Amino acid sequence: MTTKEIVKKHGNKRENLLQILHDIQNQNPANYICKEDIYELSKEMKIPVSEIKGTASFYTMFSFTPRGKYVIRVCESPPCHILGAQTIFEAIESELSVKAGETTDDGLFTLEGTSCLGVCGVAPAMMINDEVYGNLNEEKIYKILGQIQEKERK
Amino acid sequence: MNRIVLENCGKINPEDIEEYIGADGYEALGIALEKKTPEDIIKIVKDSGLVGRGGAGFPTGLKWSFAKSAKKSPKYIICNADEGEPGTFKDRLIMEGDPHRVLEGMAICGYTIGANTAYIYIRGEYRLSIQRLTKAIKDAEKLGLLGKNIFGTNFDFNVKIKIGAGSYVCGEETALLNSMEGLRGEPRLKPPFPAESGFLSKPTNVNNVETFANIAPIILNGADWFRKFGTESTPGTKVYTILGHVKRPGLIEVPMGISLREIIYDYAGGMSSGKFKMAQVGGTAGDIIPSALLDVPLEYQSLQKLGHNLGSGAILIMNETVSIADFLTCCMKFFAHESCGKCSICRIGTRQIYEAFKRLGKKDAYFDELKTIKELADELKLTAFCPMGQSVASPVLSALKYFGKELAQGVNPDKKHEPVTRENHNIVLNYS
Ligand SMILES: Cc1cc2nc3c(=O)[nH]c(=O)nc-3n(C[C@H](O)[C@H](O)[C@H](O)COP(=O)(O)O)c2cc1C
Ligand code: SF4
Ligand code: FES
Repeated sequence: MTTKEIVKKHGNKRENLLQILHDIQNQNPANYICKEDIYELSKEMKIPVSEIKGTASFYTMFSFTPRGKYVIRVCESPPCHILGAQTIFEAIESELSVKAGETTDDGLFTLEGTSCLGVCGVAPAMMINDEVYGNLNEEKIYKILGQIQEKERK
Repeated sequence: MNRIVLENCGKINPEDIEEYIGADGYEALGIALEKKTPEDIIKIVKDSGLVGRGGAGFPTGLKWSFAKSAKKSPKYIICNADEGEPGTFKDRLIMEGDPHRVLEGMAICGYTIGANTAYIYIRGEYRLSIQRLTKAIKDAEKLGLLGKNIFGTNFDFNVKIKIGAGSYVCGEETALLNSMEGLRGEPRLKPPFPAESGFLSKPTNVNNVETFANIAPIILNGADWFRKFGTESTPGTKVYTILGHVKRPGLIEVPMGISLREIIYDYAGGMSSGKFKMAQVGGTAGDIIPSALLDVPLEYQSLQKLGHNLGSGAILIMNETVSIADFLTCCMKFFAHESCGKCSICRIGTRQIYEAFKRLGKKDAYFDELKTIKELADELKLTAFCPMGQSVASPVLSALKYFGKELAQGVNPDKKHEPVTRENHNIVLNYS
């Protein structure tokens, strides 16, 4: 869908801004909201660009820089922390040679830290796009990342 | 039988409305619409003693009566399903396990206060909850249990879903309203309270998922039945999430007033490793409780007497391997990240306390670090604009109170503050 169509689907009232931003980001293959879209949105919704950017940047789920096809979000909140979230984070960093906030050279993965994902029953936990992975340890991490890389190579 | 909120979870297929109806589902809504006036319902909910389960513990019947007497229209109902408090996922499991129960409670509330439109503000990560609620709304509309002319009466009730975008403070009800209006999720000044001026400046009633899930059984079985559970001051049950170093982490629903010791050893199977050192009750904004308090009954009043709070119902159990300085560093990192930035004590204070705990963890803290932390925490408690900043004081002050000795070991008595000069000014500011 184009930005215009997305706005039409939800209606151009201010209340719908977050929903519209979600849709714009979801349909971008690089998982982010690009500058052109914000300008277009500003015209369609009659909201200044600065307002849109100011609002969107408040929320951690929105990104303004291109991200990988798979966004890895590792929970860093206390319940996951005491069960080893730090180890998980470091394992991913070294396996993919990226630091928090960075994207792998092949554009496949972006690594992010996040606040509680609401799946603390299986701490330490992470999400890759919409998928939840819990009870993590280093071995599991290598397996999960390996499976995705395998799938993408085909 | 202790279950009220979770009685259907795991027993019925949450995606099949017939199974919910088979378990007396939507009967309470029918009774409310056909046999009771809004005044009757407010009386029942007030008599039941139900208090909100979103953390603040406000009496639900009273809240509804405010929204009911508000003059402006239309009125709105919001179900707060943002659930950002670390360690909390009870609302997710309620929505996944019994979505119709939540919708039924919302519809009864709508009839009571005179609202025809409701929103569920749900965090973006909860895909399955969103799916199940979306389906539940559709199914209920098909059977005339939501939508137009419910039960053949002239009461209309529509429920829509709004998806959040990753912000803890948006769980605070006025920040949530701003977020729903497509603005930055910064808290609003109260008063006016949402009951008077909420979503789009119209009267709005905000309740937590678990609060709504308690409504249908209360209407069906009456206030006296509900009061048989829990304690005199806080009737009913509470859904807790137990986490950390226990054998069986997860979700339980127990009567109000049972102790931490019972929760750990009777419900969670005991410690998974090591010895009990401390618990954090109520999520990251909750107090740190030492082993000396294992037998205090968990309910709003007893805890308040000790200056503690029950909060969201998350209970994090920790053994002796967890260092208090490291743990608090992690808590403070969370707050520093989630502070909305509207007021400086919270925006900068959380950051300063974070840095201080980090230094304590490295055993390289300033000689007066503990005093500085206490001052900042006291100031947050007194002057922060919203409850998020105020609540930062809970973990910090309770940690100082019960684990002050351990923290003091991180102090380097020889480390004095350098006076800020033109040369080191930037270094001082450049905290990362
Ligand atoms: C920082 C902060 C976060 C909150 N997050 C939530 C939340 O995720 N869910 C919730 O129901 N209430 C949350 N609350 C409490 C709400 O402001 C509000 O009191 C509650 O939704 C009212 O519902 P209740 O009366 O049914 O408890 C939060 C409060 C604060 C200060
Ligand atoms: S206390 Fe913190 S979260 Fe609340 S308004 Fe101030 S800066 Fe925002
Ligand atoms: S604390 Fe990690 S998912 Fe909740």
